[in-house]
Amino acid sequence: MRDARGQIRRLPGLRLWLSGGWLTLLVLAALFAPLISPHDPLAQDLFAGRLPPFFEEGADQAYLLGTDSLGRDVLSRMLYGGRLALIVALVAGTLTCLIGASLGLIAGFYRGWADLVISRFIDIWMAFPPVLFAILLIAVLGTGLTSVIVAIVVIDWTRFARVVRAEAMGQGAMDYVASAQVAGRSRLGTALTEILPNVLPTIVALLTLEMGIAVIVEAILSFVNLSISTDQPTWGGMIAEGRTSIYQAWWVLVFPLFALFLTVLSFSQLGEGLKDHFDPVLR
Amino acid sequence: MPIVRALITRLITTLITLLGAAIIVFVVIRVVPGNPIAMMLPPGATDADIDRLKTLYGLDKSILEQFLIWIGNVVQGDFGTSITLRQPVYDQVIGRLPATLELSIMALMIAVLLGGAAALTATLYRGSRVEGSIDVAGGIALSLPDFLWGLALILLFGVLWPLFHISGRISPSLGFEFSSNFFLFEAIARLRFDVVADLMGHMLMPALALAIPLAAIILQLLKQSLKECMHDDYITLARTKGYSESSIILRDALPNAILPTLTLIGVQFTFLIGGTVIIERLFSYEGLGNMAIDAVINRDLPLIQGIVLVFALLFTLVNLLVDMTYAALNPRLRHA
Repeated sequence: MRDARGQIRRLPGLRLWLSGGWLTLLVLAALFAPLISPHDPLAQDLFAGRLPPFFEEGADQAYLLGTDSLGRDVLSRMLYGGRLALIVALVAGTLTCLIGASLGLIAGFYRGWADLVISRFIDIWMAFPPVLFAILLIAVLGTGLTSVIVAIVVIDWTRFARVVRAEAMGQGAMDYVASAQVAGRSRLGTALTEILPNVLPTIVALLTLEMGIAVIVEAILSFVNLSISTDQPTWGGMIAEGRTSIYQAWWVLVFPLFALFLTVLSFSQLGEGLKDHFDPVLR
Repeated sequence: MPIVRALITRLITTLITLLGAAIIVFVVIRVVPGNPIAMMLPPGATDADIDRLKTLYGLDKSILEQFLIWIGNVVQGDFGTSITLRQPVYDQVIGRLPATLELSIMALMIAVLLGGAAALTATLYRGSRVEGSIDVAGGIALSLPDFLWGLALILLFGVLWPLFHISGRISPSLGFEFSSNFFLFEAIARLRFDVVADLMGHMLMPALALAIPLAAIILQLLKQSLKECMHDDYITLARTKGYSESSIILRDALPNAILPTLTLIGVQFTFLIGGTVIIERLFSYEGLGNMAIDAVINRDLPLIQGIVLVFALLFTLVNLLVDMTYAALNPRLRHA
């Protein structure tokens, strides 16, 4: 029994370190992409098309992870693609969190009409498949980084609103909130100083999960060619190209897919780890 | 009768949700920057042409009037005409819906079997390495979305070890004439097992990609409920009677632990259907989602509108059905 509990304690630690490590590496790679990229991610060299990665026969050591059908360097494109993925994760994740959590807090703490309206909107949102909704929004907004971020915020605010609403409702029924009210604190003051700090751990864990989801949504949108303009390298775009030439050049698909795998896994493990970390029962 | 009142309230909220969804679709498509008329006309059209088309589509009326006319048509099943396919949207959507439904139901069945088997195995071998590895596998399965599982399956079973088809719904060389669009159900009903095998070979990979994340959710919740059950008195009683551990789990614990999981499966089923949009694209499976992405790329607004509305209707109905089943199964609501 003691062993099992020791494992539960050690495992989240390892999980946090591994996912934190990969994400740090990704941030560094994104920041210094122009310095460390061996090639221009857009430069085509039709004589160096579909070169395999360094460990395969016929490789050119100048292109460590090989080239795609147009002779563009896979490694450089991945580094620049990581940049976009991280920008989308940070900006879209944070905006979704701010808007969704605020609406959830209002609905859960103020109740009444505000709750009725916000809950009805959540119900309506649940009637749409998220990916289809995002694609529809991009179709009317046009492609581009801003559209992708707006689409993610519009489809995913309910994720925060639902959870924060439920938590705020639970907290609002507790004695300490009632005593703050008796002490003459304003409703807004109570919401910000009493409720919010207690809901914050959940929000932080959700935010980390949301960043992973934002990366996936961006990859899906660029996979169907509806994300950023086509001359910007994205992981999703590379995966789409790789999918069509999978039997001739597997590396065009596998390397960006691997990066996407690790990034999404890291964000979600970090989120789970944080949730456990804040959970008083496990702590 | 509180249950009747609850039912009526639920039906009214369902109608409000559907109306809200229709309004959102209408607003997104009609009140957006960009003129739908300009997209329908060739570049050389005159102002008179534009006006004539505007009158034809009722675009010279107020937004409210336009909405009322539109929703009136939608309720009667008139979703307009697809710009690219030049055919009624309703027929197109209804023609593709069976493919998506078959894929979703197949994926749901795989998820239940996979998740259920994993939860039962982990409970039987609880505290051992088997449980540990199932937990780790479940954690990874849950962390990655269907899109990534689809790509992984394509690499594994399409390229590295080509066992299954990774594109399409049926081999064209089969030359089998279907009289409905429910290919799989029809092939089973007509006892053509060669056709069934071919359809399954195409459907297995996309269905598995959709099923893996849901299987992980089922695994976690069912395992948790089973674990709580295993401390109950009736389990100890069954054990003193000398029943084997596996039969205790199946006969005594499972029926008591399964209700929360059933509710969860109902709720998660709509997420699974939503996932078909990108999975169908990934596997070139000819369903509604694949058609939706084509419609967006070709800017075929009437078609997109129709598909989104059908998905919204499907989701709302599944949610309603889940709630009603839950009410029927929950003794506290039934006898109230």
